[in-house]
Parts: sequence; structure tokens; C-alpha cells
Amino acid sequence: MVGEQVLIERTDFQRLLDALHQRGYNVIGPTVHDGAIIYSEIASVEDLPIGWTDEHEAGRYRLKRRNDQALFGYVVGPYSWKKFLYPPVLSLWKAKKTGKSFEVVPNTDEPPQYAFIGVRSCELHAIFIQDRVFTNGKFTDPHYQARRQKIFIVAVNCVQAGGTCFCVSMKTGPKATVGFDLALTEIIDDQRHYFVVEVGTEKGAEILQKVPTKRAQPDDIQTAKERIAQAAQHMGRQLDTTNIKELLYRNLEHPRWDEVATRCLTCANCTMVCPTCFCTTVEDVTDLTGTEAERVRRWDSCFTLDFSYIHGGSVRASAKSRYRQWLTHKLASWIDQFGTSGCVGCGRCITWCPVGIDITEEVRAIRQSELNRTQ
Amino acid sequence: MAVTVKPQQIALAVSTDPMLPVPYRVLRVRRETSDTFTFEFGSVDGSRFPFAPGQFNMLYLFGVGEVPISISGDPERPEILVHTVRAVGTVTKSLCKLKPGDIIGVRGPFGSSWPVVEAAGDDIVIVAGGVGLAPLRPAIYHILNHRGEYGRVVLLYGARTPGDMLYKKELAEWRGRFDVQVEVTVDAAKPDEWRGNVGVVTTLIPRAHFDPHHVTALVCGPEIMMRFTILELQKRGLRDDQIYISMERNMKCAIGLCGHCQYGPNFICKDGPVFRFDTVKEIFGKREI
Amino acid sequence: MTTLERLLAEHPFFKELDPRYIQLIAGCAQEVVFKAGEFIFREGDPSNKFWLIRSGKISLEIFAPGRGPIIIETLGEGDVMGWSWAVPPYRKQYDARALELTRALEFDAMCIRGKCDEEPKLGYELFKRFAQIIGQRLQATRLRLIDIYGSHS
Repeated sequence: MVGEQVLIERTDFQRLLDALHQRGYNVIGPTVHDGAIIYSEIASVEDLPIGWTDEHEAGRYRLKRRNDQALFGYVVGPYSWKKFLYPPVLSLWKAKKTGKSFEVVPNTDEPPQYAFIGVRSCELHAIFIQDRVFTNGKFTDPHYQARRQKIFIVAVNCVQAGGTCFCVSMKTGPKATVGFDLALTEIIDDQRHYFVVEVGTEKGAEILQKVPTKRAQPDDIQTAKERIAQAAQHMGRQLDTTNIKELLYRNLEHPRWDEVATRCLTCANCTMVCPTCFCTTVEDVTDLTGTEAERVRRWDSCFTLDFSYIHGGSVRASAKSRYRQWLTHKLASWIDQFGTSGCVGCGRCITWCPVGIDITEEVRAIRQSELNRTQ
Repeated sequence: MAVTVKPQQIALAVSTDPMLPVPYRVLRVRRETSDTFTFEFGSVDGSRFPFAPGQFNMLYLFGVGEVPISISGDPERPEILVHTVRAVGTVTKSLCKLKPGDIIGVRGPFGSSWPVVEAAGDDIVIVAGGVGLAPLRPAIYHILNHRGEYGRVVLLYGARTPGDMLYKKELAEWRGRFDVQVEVTVDAAKPDEWRGNVGVVTTLIPRAHFDPHHVTALVCGPEIMMRFTILELQKRGLRDDQIYISMERNMKCAIGLCGHCQYGPNFICKDGPVFRFDTVKEIFGKREI
Repeated sequence: MTTLERLLAEHPFFKELDPRYIQLIAGCAQEVVFKAGEFIFREGDPSNKFWLIRSGKISLEIFAPGRGPIIIETLGEGDVMGWSWAVPPYRKQYDARALELTRALEFDAMCIRGKCDEEPKLGYELFKRFAQIIGQRLQATRLRLIDIYGSHS
């Protein structure tokens, strides 16, 4: 059954959610909340953003009504799945004073078993990248690993591209090719609303047994393929990744960094919405009596001054150096560290930048200046 | 006889979860300077603390916070864990108030080490500035414990004033040995309190006795001091791959996951803190990297 | 080669200097010994000598009223002491005192200036070497100026 393609009618979609719920999954999917697409717990298909789409431009995001009833007719919201696999705030351990000494009790809370509905191909790749960061090195993050091992992934292939999307440049989409349990392509015709479903794993096949399916006909498969291909042709952005590591390494003192620093507010939005950014800090706190202490891990950002603070001051005191750190880490040093780019081309950092700084544009400016110099 | 173990093997052996601090008791405290103290710790459960020279620990003070501090004891005496701490931040200021019997949490050891094993057969020149002598002391112990394995051994140490020097008693002992050249210099001194050299530590390098073609240099101190030290060593004819430096950055997790200590493509906590200079020379000295 | 010429040639400051020039400047040099504690010159003295230190240790000091003497720098084997002879107003700016028994080669600056005038190539060679010394002292001064070991918090 793995590798096969089947059809699920829109009218049967609830059965998929039910099957996952019955299996004990905490089902997370897109919802409309605060005027944005937010991944959140869903009970029924009615919770999905039926008939909504989103517009993306640099520094601009709007939800809009579609003229159909698509369930997955949007691109991506501000949050990625990392907030479930890598919670923004997590207690690592608590400690109790025992006389002069103390006892440390690690946080061994059993994490929820998540089923993610509507994972885009770029987001799948973001998960693969975080897998490398957290589970592939000398040390492993046990909290990430515990959550990651248990997830069920229902990917959704993109049949439309957002204004800030560039997954084609990053080779991360728009079609989900690996790493999912099920991958859906949503198709709405004049008469029909259905999903072409690719089965990725045995686990996926097992869930499908509880859902009415039909064999996908060659026509259906072809239609799905064409829609995805269409999305690929309509990428809102492009990023030339040719020798990008070398390009950025040899341009650490490029004047463009000063220029972008005049616009960058160092607000850290880009790092918060980025599905691969993984930096954290820890806070050590005590209760009022001073007998119980806790260490809490929180998402952090290389855009803060505290991030690089060593006694006496911050290593990266200027906005320029902090923007440079983020961009060169994402697109260059990430490759040295983890054997992959840190960017999946989801476009969130462009959309959610309050001043509309565009990572693709910054790289283009640096690349272009080199071409101009050699001409 | 202790064997130098690779950092990876030790780090994993200490604790299954490297994020959990293990309690250690303060055994002895020695005041080094007005703001720097050396602490000897013993584990609460009697276990030993093997480490390689140059590695560091995360020291946790109950409810206050945690800081990376290099280990400054003798690697062949793993029953005692030694740290020299300078009171410069919130946590280090609190650490410096510790008294014998107090308990702290320790995570580690972490990071890369000085190439004391690889350098056997070579001359050794150690250049330390300020509290930079602390992370080098385990290397000095190792080299002196195995003195016969090395050629000439030179220790060059620069401090701000005579009162800011660490390990004065030991420096005097090392100076007394015939098989080690120890040169100490201070940036400023009054004639009635100091009979030694006055000048920056780099001025000691032209006078040091070693064979530039067969020497390994271990350098630790403020980044500017290391920059000029490297220049002087290069003038003596050392290649970049003969020079090792120890770097410092903000650290939170010490296991390469929190992102804070990034230095170009390196994580100082796991790829460093000790780097062979040629591996970082493209970014070393670059502003705000 | 005379003993003096050999001593000159051995000193790092004259490393690889043309033997012809060594011979020439040897006429301006003599061997000297300073006892521990002996002042070699005082601030304000006319600067008509410089020294290549062969062994021992010399401190350059400045006297601050109320603070007493402060050591600016110590010089030892292989170092050169004194470059104020080369530039007006030809006055010593510090006190120099031998901290231990110190052997040096002392040069008569008038004599050297004369040789350099006669043989400008020698002058160029010599001043290149002095420029390096001055550069090193300046760099060392700058390093101390920023107080690299200070806590800066």
C-alpha cells in the first residue's frame, strides 16, 4: 500500500480526522485565528480555514475569502510546526534544596502524540533540518526527539504559491516527496471536491483503513501533478543558491549589511516565524522561599543584544552584525554545521518582517554587486 | 598513569542527560587577586571528574544561574575539580562568595582540548594573558607531568599588574625548575613592588627559546592579546597550524543546541573552545562575528 | 673582525647588516657595564647615546609626583634602548635604571649621525631598524592603553 495513491472525497475528510483521534492523536491543523492561519488543535473539519486564502508580500499578510470551499486554500501562516516539536517555553528540570545540597529532577513529562494536518513540503523539510540539528550530532535534545518520534504527518501539496514563496529555489517543494505518512493534493472541480492521497508509510496506510477511499485514476493523478506544477511555476520569489556559502563568506564586510541595518529593527520576528531557527536561552528561577529552583528553556533570537553578551558587552553590538549573523547562518554556515541550508524558502521571514526586508533581495544585492565589479 | 581521553567519551560518561547539573561541594577556596578566586570541588557522591586540558564546565549556582568556566586543575588528579573564577558578572560574582561546604551544580566537561598528546616530541610555547592562564594550567600540569615527552618548554605570562597575577606560588615553583623557561611580565608596576618585566606579553616572544619549526604554541587570553601574540609567533616563523587558541562566547547549553556560542560555522562549546588557528583564521579578528 | 664587531654582528638588532657597515659603526661603539640600581640616564638629559643590551635588565621609569616612580617598560637581552638621539630635541624622556647587572654596547649618537651623513645607505638601513623598534613600542603602548585585562564592566 505504501507508495500507492488513493482518493478521499471531501465529504469523507472528517473520517480521516476521526481515525486519527481514535488512535489517540492530538490532531493539529490550520485554523483561522486573529486574522491569520494558525496551527492549532482541531476537532472537526469545520475548524479548518474553509474558503480562506492568504496574501503574502514583504511586510504584508492578509486573509481573503476564496470563491470556493477549499480546506487548504492558503499557503502558510506565521507559526510553523516547530512550536509543537520544539515548544517556545519548556521546563528542563526542577531542583529542590535538600539541606546544603540540592536534588535535580528532570522534566520527564510524556509529550503529546501529535498528528499534524496540512504540513507543506517546505515545512517537512524544515522538520528534517531540525532533525539534523537536534538529533544528528554529538548531543541530542531528548525533548525534541520524544515529540518527533511520535508524530503523524499529513502533508498537503501546494497547488498555489504565495507571494513570498521560493521553495523551488531551495529544492524543498512544492510537492512533498518524503517524510510524510500521508500526502494530500486538494482538487476542486466544478462538480467535485476531493483529495488525491499518497501513502507514505505503513502507519499512514493503517489510518486509511478507517477512511473510505477509492483507487486514484490516472486522470486524477495527472490533475494533481498539473496543479502542483502550476504552483511551482508561480513562486513569488527566487533565490540563486549557486555557491551561496562562498558568496556570503567572502562578503562579510559588504556595504549591503550596513544598508540593510538601516532598515532592520532587530525585532527578531524573522527568527520567531522561521521554521528552522532553533536558538534558545535558559532562565534559572527560584520560588520566593528559595528552596525550589527551575530551569526554563525559551526560544531566543540572534537579533537580541543579550544573545552574544559576554562579560563587558555584546559581541554583536550592531544591527548590521546581527542581521549578518542571521542571514549568513541561515544560508551559509548552516551548510558547514549541518550539511544543509537552513532555509526552506517558505517566505515567512519576508512576509512577517515589519519593514519588509527580503532575504532573497539581500542575497541578490550582494551577488549583483560582485557581477558589477567584474564587468 | 592517567590517559588523556577524548572529550566526547568523557562528556557522555558523566551524565546521561548533559543538561542536568550534578552537585559538587566546595572543598577549598583560595584568593588569587582582588576579584579572582580558585575553588576546589569534590563530588557529593565521591565520583571522579576526568577531563582533558582546555575543557570547560557549566557551573550552576542554585537559583542564580549558570556560567561556562574552564577547568584549571591537574588532569591527573580527577578526584578534585578545580575552577578559577573571576567576578565579572552576576553569576560569577555570586560564585566568588562561595565558602567551603557550599554546593554548586556542575555540567561537563565540554569542548575540545589543548593538543598536549599530539604535541609530544615538540617544543612547547605557552602564552597566557590575564585569567587566560587558568584554562592553560591543566596543559601545563600535563606537560610537566610528562616533561620527558617534550622538547623545550616555555611559559610566557602577561598580567595587568603584579597583584593581578594568578597562581603566584606555582609560577615561582615553575620558574625554579631548570627544564622550563618561565617569563612573566606586567603592564604596569612600581619599582618597589616588582622586580620583573614590565611590558606587554608579546614582547616576551622574541626572547623565548624554542625551535620555530618544531614547536606547538598554546595561546589563551583576551582576543586582542591573542591577535598580537599570533603576529609575534608568525614573526618567529610559526605556521598557523602550529598555533592553538581558546575562544570565548556566550553559552547556554554547552552542547551545541542553543546557538549562542556560534563563531562563524563553529560552535565554541563543541568545536572549541580550543581551535587550531588555521581553522578559524578567516574569521578571527573580524568585527562582531 | 674585532671582538666589538663580533658582538655587534651577534646582536639581533644588527642581524644581517652588511659587515662593511658593522665595521663602520663599530668605531662609534664601546662595551659598558651597569651595576644593579645604577641610573643610566635621567629624564631631560641630552640624548647623545643609545644602547644594545647584551644581558641584564633595565627599567624605563617615569616619576609622577605623589605616586612615585612607575615602570613604563623593562628592556633586556636583545633589546635596543634609546631612539630619542635620532630626532630633535635630542632629550631623554624617561629615567633608565639597571635592575640587575647589565652589559650593553653603547653608541655615541653624534658619531653615528656623522657616519649616516657620510653613508646615507647605512643611515637608511639603521633608521629602518629603528622604525621597527619605535613601531613595536607604539603597538605595545596601544595594547596597554586599551587595558586588555581589565574587567570593562
